[in-house]
Amino acid sequence: MLRYTLNRILLMIPTLLGVAVLVFLVLRVIPGDIVEVKLSAEGNIFTEEQIRAERERLGLADPLPTQFFRYMGGLLRGDLGISLWTERPVLEEIGGRIGLTVELAILSTLLAVIIAFPLGTLAALFRGSWLDYVIRVITIGGLAVPSFWLGMLIILALLLTVGTLPPLGTTSIFADPAVNLSQMIWPALSVGYRYSAVVARMLRSSILEVLAEDYVRTARAKGLAEKVVIVKHGMRNALLPTVTVIGLEFAFLLGGLVVTEQVFNINGIGKMFVEAVVLNDLTMLQGLVLVVATAFVVVNLLVDLLYAALDPRIRYQA
Amino acid sequence: MSVEAPVVTQIPAIDEPSEDRALPGIRPHRRSFLDFVRQQPLGTIGFVIVVVMFVAAIFADYVAPYAPEEVDFMASPALGGGQPSAEHLLGADAFGRDILSRLIFGARTALSVGFISAFLGCSLGAVIGTISAFAGGKVDIIIQRFIDIMLSFPIIVLAIIVIAVMPKHVVLGIDINLIVAISIPFIPKVARVIRSAALTIVTLPYIDAARAAGYTSNRIVFRHILPNVVAPYLIMLTAYIGQAILLEASLSFLGLGVVEPTPSWGLMLSGVNADYYLIAPWTIIFPGLAISLAVFAFNMSGDSLRDWLDPKLKL
Amino acid sequence: MSEVAIRPEAAVESDILLDVADLEVEFHTGNGVVRAVDGISMQLHRGEFLAVVGESGCGKSVTALSLMRLLPPKTARVRASHIMFDGLDLATLPEPEMRALRGRSMSMIFQEPMTSLNPVLTIGDQITEPLLAHLHMTREEADGRAVELMRMVGIPEPERRLTQYPHQFSGGMRQRVMIAIGLACEPKLIIADEPTTALDVTIQAQILELLKDISEKLGIAVILITHNLGVVAAYADRVNVMYAARIIERGTAEDIFARPAHPYTVGLMRSVPRLDKPRVERLATIEGMPPNLLAPPVGCRFRQRCPIAEERCQQTPPATQVEGGDADHTVSCWRTDEVQTNAATLYGVETAVEAAKAPHGNKVLLKVDGLKQYFKISLRQGLMTRHVDIRAVDDISFVVHEGETVGLVGESGCGKTSAGRAILHLSNPTGGAVEFDGRQLGKGNVAAVRRDMQVIFQDPFSSLNPRMKIGQILMEPLKVHGLRPDKASRIERASELLTQVGLYPYMADRYPHELSGGQRQRVGIARALALEPRMIICDEPVSALDVSVQAQIINLLEDLQREFGLAYVFIAHDLAVVRHISHRVIVMYLGKIMEVGEGDILYENPLHPYTKALLDAAPVPDPVVERDRQRIILEGDLPSPLNPPSGCVFSTRCPIAIADCRSIVPPLRAMAAGSNVACIRAGE
Repeated sequence: MLRYTLNRILLMIPTLLGVAVLVFLVLRVIPGDIVEVKLSAEGNIFTEEQIRAERERLGLADPLPTQFFRYMGGLLRGDLGISLWTERPVLEEIGGRIGLTVELAILSTLLAVIIAFPLGTLAALFRGSWLDYVIRVITIGGLAVPSFWLGMLIILALLLTVGTLPPLGTTSIFADPAVNLSQMIWPALSVGYRYSAVVARMLRSSILEVLAEDYVRTARAKGLAEKVVIVKHGMRNALLPTVTVIGLEFAFLLGGLVVTEQVFNINGIGKMFVEAVVLNDLTMLQGLVLVVATAFVVVNLLVDLLYAALDPRIRYQA
Repeated sequence: MSVEAPVVTQIPAIDEPSEDRALPGIRPHRRSFLDFVRQQPLGTIGFVIVVVMFVAAIFADYVAPYAPEEVDFMASPALGGGQPSAEHLLGADAFGRDILSRLIFGARTALSVGFISAFLGCSLGAVIGTISAFAGGKVDIIIQRFIDIMLSFPIIVLAIIVIAVMPKHVVLGIDINLIVAISIPFIPKVARVIRSAALTIVTLPYIDAARAAGYTSNRIVFRHILPNVVAPYLIMLTAYIGQAILLEASLSFLGLGVVEPTPSWGLMLSGVNADYYLIAPWTIIFPGLAISLAVFAFNMSGDSLRDWLDPKLKL
Repeated sequence: MSEVAIRPEAAVESDILLDVADLEVEFHTGNGVVRAVDGISMQLHRGEFLAVVGESGCGKSVTALSLMRLLPPKTARVRASHIMFDGLDLATLPEPEMRALRGRSMSMIFQEPMTSLNPVLTIGDQITEPLLAHLHMTREEADGRAVELMRMVGIPEPERRLTQYPHQFSGGMRQRVMIAIGLACEPKLIIADEPTTALDVTIQAQILELLKDISEKLGIAVILITHNLGVVAAYADRVNVMYAARIIERGTAEDIFARPAHPYTVGLMRSVPRLDKPRVERLATIEGMPPNLLAPPVGCRFRQRCPIAEERCQQTPPATQVEGGDADHTVSCWRTDEVQTNAATLYGVETAVEAAKAPHGNKVLLKVDGLKQYFKISLRQGLMTRHVDIRAVDDISFVVHEGETVGLVGESGCGKTSAGRAILHLSNPTGGAVEFDGRQLGKGNVAAVRRDMQVIFQDPFSSLNPRMKIGQILMEPLKVHGLRPDKASRIERASELLTQVGLYPYMADRYPHELSGGQRQRVGIARALALEPRMIICDEPVSALDVSVQAQIINLLEDLQREFGLAYVFIAHDLAVVRHISHRVIVMYLGKIMEVGEGDILYENPLHPYTKALLDAAPVPDPVVERDRQRIILEGDLPSPLNPPSGCVFSTRCPIAIADCRSIVPPLRAMAAGSNVACIRAGE
């Protein structure tokens, strides 16, 4: 198991490198001069001179290879550059706002898993029944309903039923957990709905497939109680593809966060994304993309390791 | 009894095909359309909705009661009006524009952007995947690495990056860079699935037979491999049209997609349009429903298409 | 005469363990109701070894599953007057009590050892499950018993292997585990559904011997489901022959083989090539295919394929006792007297005439010289990757003459399929030379030979492009090679080809999935013929087909050889089939040639210990011969190709190996009568 882990960690490195290079290259192609946008936002009229000077100051006038090495060097030191807009270190900016997004991500995942497991299992075990159809309709909804719309509907519903808007704020969980959770639960639900739908569907089809396998027939032939057959022989095997899907769908989660933070006005990095694009803040965008991609790669690694822990065929290669 | 062919002395009964062999490919075409309706009710509903949407979008000018930009300030919720009524069946938005009409015209945006981007992305992905599988060796490894890297980005992040870097280019009212932005994230996903389907096919004996009979690589790829990846391709296509519609809505919602005054369902949910949603819920309920319905219809069609073509196909 | 094993204690109880009356099983499918089992009655004595024989779709597996009540209740409807098992009526037993019986008094072993064990649970866990559930043992007791069981079934180092997982066991070992599980609670009955079909011949022999041994020692009754008549003859006390959901003949094994009374039984026996009898000119073929059970024919279900069917066969014949046989020998046939008098020629005179293979030409067509095919794989060991060569084909040489059939025989992993592909240059040979018609084949000139050398594959389901019509598949090679420039003549040629292989021209408009396995295989042959080749490599062309269809294809291949002067390289693992169809036979093991010999000489007087072991392991459809046979069953599993033994590759399992065998690679040397043997001790 240890060997496998080390292997997978080592394999992560070239992927991350590739991501870093790709991000660098793509973002250098931006038209629309950030410098012009920035200067004009301050309401001044500027000259060619000033534009050039500003560019040099921000390090944008150097040849591409120089910029690249500066970039890579910075990455190795953990320096993601300076925001072209706020002129503060990108890492600091991100660090300040990433906490809320991370919390939202974790909360959504937890909610999704808690909802998906019973739903998926019940739908599989009671296949063809009305319960199955109801659950399938619910999960189909999860794939079709835009999460930002769902967020708005939740807010609307809260207004109509309870009479108040959900607290839109940014209280840290460390400061006041209760208030924080009451703020975060709603966006977590609207993002988690889709996630739970995908996982529930996968779990359902996985369980059905596993129950049709030969080894389940063997288990029944041993005269084991049906409960044992389903749980011991069925579920563990059904978990395998489900775990994989949880990892893959995490990407959608991250995407969903971008829009949901807008709806619920949460000051996380999802919102930063949109701001960075609108403001043409090259370095900020670069840093954000790197952070997100890295997070995704790491999550996939964890999922792979979890899979290996569950499947002895990976742990002990014959 | 003298020995002579034919060995079979009577018309052989045609068996049921064995159920435990599933080939990547399309199963019998001989089953009729009516069979499909009977066996896949949800899918049929999905297809019907899709057709209705297409018709409405194409004939929007004749179907919609108002022009999408037609403003009527008296009907705005800002002034206390705009409820769904005989004049405005689904209500009016902040600018007093008829929501039903904007929904119908919005279908144009959704379908055109959704369809074109999905088609572009899936087709490119399929071609790349097939080439990668058949070429093998170094080419395959390089393409795979590339796919891996692109798959490290969430879809919306990839789309946003493309939007950030591409210049705006509007053709026939449609944003080219929006279409490209939405289609790019699909390419690696489709490429990966098609590649693995193609790899499976390449190991099948009939490919060996083709090589043993001296067929050219071109013939083998186009006549023997590609037709057999059509099934997973079609299935992914329908699924990704739904995704594309969602993505367009999300991007427009964020202000990075279609811009005013072009009607887009996502756009109808953001900015000024949605400012009054707490007092005028219809302004957001109907556009959201439209999005959900469209995605649902495409997903259902895709699901049932897959069940119909080959229940064993795993994607 | 066989003796029914009766344990002394059982003298008081009835010695009938299982008594089934009028068993019917219906499946409700989307297309209608299928009656997979149509009114079967049977009896089984304690300790008896019963074989149920039939081809696929005859209902034998469904019968077994319905005895254990393992059929899914939603789709299968099971009815019976009674199913008496040891005093209990299984037909009406409530499920909890049935569960108490399952895995305890009656257990079942399935066909696929690869998928019948749960991959994420340890072997020990899976063996102890029935012990814990039925016998309520403690963990320690159960583990101890599991070790005992594993030892009983011949698994070495049982304590260590308790905590291992199924994927760390070979196929044969996994099947032993299944037997151990089946034995765990000392059942009275074990049902084995084709337990060795997926295993190699030498492993098959081990498993079946084990099963027989256990049955005799512990007095356990066994129902063995199989399609292999040799296995039936070697092990069964009694036989039930099934066809289209009915039992059409039953009796003791001796009787059935000595006096088969049903045309189908006769057909089965005469369509299988024999190792113990001289070669016949032509195998018996049962025309057509088993009936569609959605709409079975009225009356005798075999009548549409029966060579002696007549008017009254439209009424179902009752089971009658066979004249001159045992009291238990019954058959359902109106014309059984006719069958018994004319059994030898029922399917044609040539099926009784002895004849050697027609001679072949003298010109050397194919010359294989020192052929090597290695595959590189990367093994990850820790952070390092080790690159290993798998020596699939390791220096083999032979020739094929015009019109000759050379058989390549061996078990899985011996390299025969890789050799075929290397000769065709479907893979790039790692070393050695392949000469066709005097020209050495290399990267450049393979295309020129494509017309002359063709191939037929094993799996009829995946050897045809599912998206192309049959006609298109046959016309494509003509188009590519410019043989028939205009479409009309291509269509004509396609019809011609279809007729030559015994199909109808209208089938050109069908898609592959609309044809049966046997028909698809014929299309594969037609495709190979389209280019008018001089040689065809046949890669296990009949292994995936039912017994009666196998004979059709074998006869067809021989007819075509006679008509067109084709040479064949016939790759297979079935020794009897290879012997029937080949002029010369090459025996391979782990990539090397063990022995080469002229047809009958190799089989009558095998010189290599591996050839002897292969022949010993293959049971012969004659109970009298089988009972008296002295066989040497090879121990152990086939070595992993990743780690081939040094010296002679067979030395690890060879019964006569000496010290030198581990250090010397024996060369292929010529012995008397034209055989070549790779063994330093051959001829001693």
